[in-house]
Amino acid sequence: MELFTDYTLRNVTLGSMLLGAISGLLGCFAVLRRQALLGDAMSHAALPGIALAFLLTGQRDPFTLLLGAAIAALVAALWLLAIVRTSRIKDDAALALILAVFFGFGLVLLSYVQRQPTAAQAGLKSFLFGQAAALVERDLWAMLAIGGPALALIAIFWPQVKLISFDPDVARSLGLPVRRFEVLLTGVLVAAIVIGLQTVGVVLMSAMLIAPAVAARQWTNRLETMVLLAAGFGALAAFIGAWISAQGERLATGPVIVLAMSALTAISLLIAPERGLLWRRWRLMRQWQIGNGE
Amino acid sequence: MAFAVEIEDLTVAYGDKPALWDVDLRVPQGVLMAIVGPNGAGKTTLLKATLGLIKPAAGSVRIHGQPYEQQRRLVAYVPQRSSVDWDFPTTVLDVVMMGRYGQLGWLRRPGRAEREAALAALEQVQMADFAHRQIGQLSGGQQQRVFLARALAQNAEVYFMDEPFQGVDAVTERAIIHVLRKLRAAGKTVVVVHHDLQTVPEYFDQVALINVRRIAAGPVREVFTEANLRATYGGRVALLGANGSAGAVTTPTPAPGD
Ligand SMILES: Nc1ncnc2c1ncn2[C@@H]1O[C@H](COP(=O)(O)OP(=O)(O)O)[C@@H](O)[C@H]1O
Ligand SMILES: [Mg+2]
Repeated sequence: MELFTDYTLRNVTLGSMLLGAISGLLGCFAVLRRQALLGDAMSHAALPGIALAFLLTGQRDPFTLLLGAAIAALVAALWLLAIVRTSRIKDDAALALILAVFFGFGLVLLSYVQRQPTAAQAGLKSFLFGQAAALVERDLWAMLAIGGPALALIAIFWPQVKLISFDPDVARSLGLPVRRFEVLLTGVLVAAIVIGLQTVGVVLMSAMLIAPAVAARQWTNRLETMVLLAAGFGALAAFIGAWISAQGERLATGPVIVLAMSALTAISLLIAPERGLLWRRWRLMRQWQIGNGE
Repeated sequence: MAFAVEIEDLTVAYGDKPALWDVDLRVPQGVLMAIVGPNGAGKTTLLKATLGLIKPAAGSVRIHGQPYEQQRRLVAYVPQRSSVDWDFPTTVLDVVMMGRYGQLGWLRRPGRAEREAALAALEQVQMADFAHRQIGQLSGGQQQRVFLARALAQNAEVYFMDEPFQGVDAVTERAIIHVLRKLRAAGKTVVVVHHDLQTVPEYFDQVALINVRRIAAGPVREVFTEANLRATYGGRVALLGANGSAGAVTTPTPAPGD
């Protein structure tokens, strides 16, 4: 398949699959800890970080820009926490507020950057919806450098992460440093977001965090399986997306990946055994028929 | 007398609204104590602040004579059933094993020892057959027994339980009370937030009446009186027995609306 032999296509395909797998896996914890919206707010909040990093350094180097993105997303998360703790504003309202403020500021900065005469600003706008076609080998290494440690931390502290995701109060009563783990899990979420920014962009990134977890939950009742399945779904969606957009129609890869992921999720919600909509409907019918047959 | 729990001057506020005001409470070792009070009285807050899950504005907690922070291992907590997502992808056995994670240590995975402790705990609440069930498939009473089993797996000395009898079936109620009595027989101390005033004299040795402040606490015979209940529930208590005097076993019920 030329998806893996052609140098450019290979980078796009592998990079997208890497992103899909890592964000799918790490996104499970955001979903299970009911922080899906936080992921969305942090993705959007990354935009001003990217623009500022570029303005301050004048570089379009992925590490520099992604560092800016990570810092902005973390600032947004901390700010959010401070608002919820110290005011009467409810957390969903605070999320909406933070998202709007950061994203709006990001758009303003972006339009300012766009008017600069330097050639280096070219392509900064692609962080809005991503530009998978521009992925080069260096980006793949950047993804691995950020995603690898995040995955390793989850693996090392697996029992603790599992308990804290399920029941943080009891975890704390057992003496686990829950606060520190919450910071760790937020950091991991930021890592996942940062990895996806170049490929799917700040607007659609949260879909790559949340959809694989939702789809995977349908097929299993074990956290271990769910996490691996989410990674698999994310990678599969990325592969399908890369393949479709390589068919010559010049469709933007990032949005096509998100669409593929949405389709996988819709199918899972419909047909998964035990939990799927159709499956439950079918079982109801069966019971009804058995009831009538007597 | 040796005290399992000594709470002093505990004050907790959410924002500027006090949920607990200057509460003192001493629980002797080896008793079953009920904490009763109307909705919003601060019973859950009392447990959470005692366990350090909420930072109190003031106050101190000692367990078996030492500050709570040094005695965590002696304490097990059974939160309200509704405090977690029962659709979480995990099994009954997994949840009960979590009771051992405090002693697990870093970089270790739960293994045979944790499994056996968990299975023994499930046996005690008559849930051994459900070990490999997904937790979302359990009834409310079964979920409650799983939470109880997780605390039993900790093998603690002092147990704090938040409304374990809330909305459970008769089988579960009997199973829980059986476990509580076995704990007491083994010299353990159990503090239970309880909503059913009628069963207080039957199930518990001691009772604490709480409504933001501590109204009264002590042996059920001495403290569970009509006057104290009125002070706690604001006169909204109808006593079924006509004899509301101290020492008599009354069967009060909260008026509708509690
Ligand atoms: N997280 C919270 N934020 C703000 N107020 C709270 C919070 N938790 C409880 N409260 C308030 O504190 C009071 C005591 O609550 P709680 O301890 O849950 O009472 P109980 O368990 O006795 O029903 C109630 O008025 C409740 O509304
Ligand atoms: Mg309560």
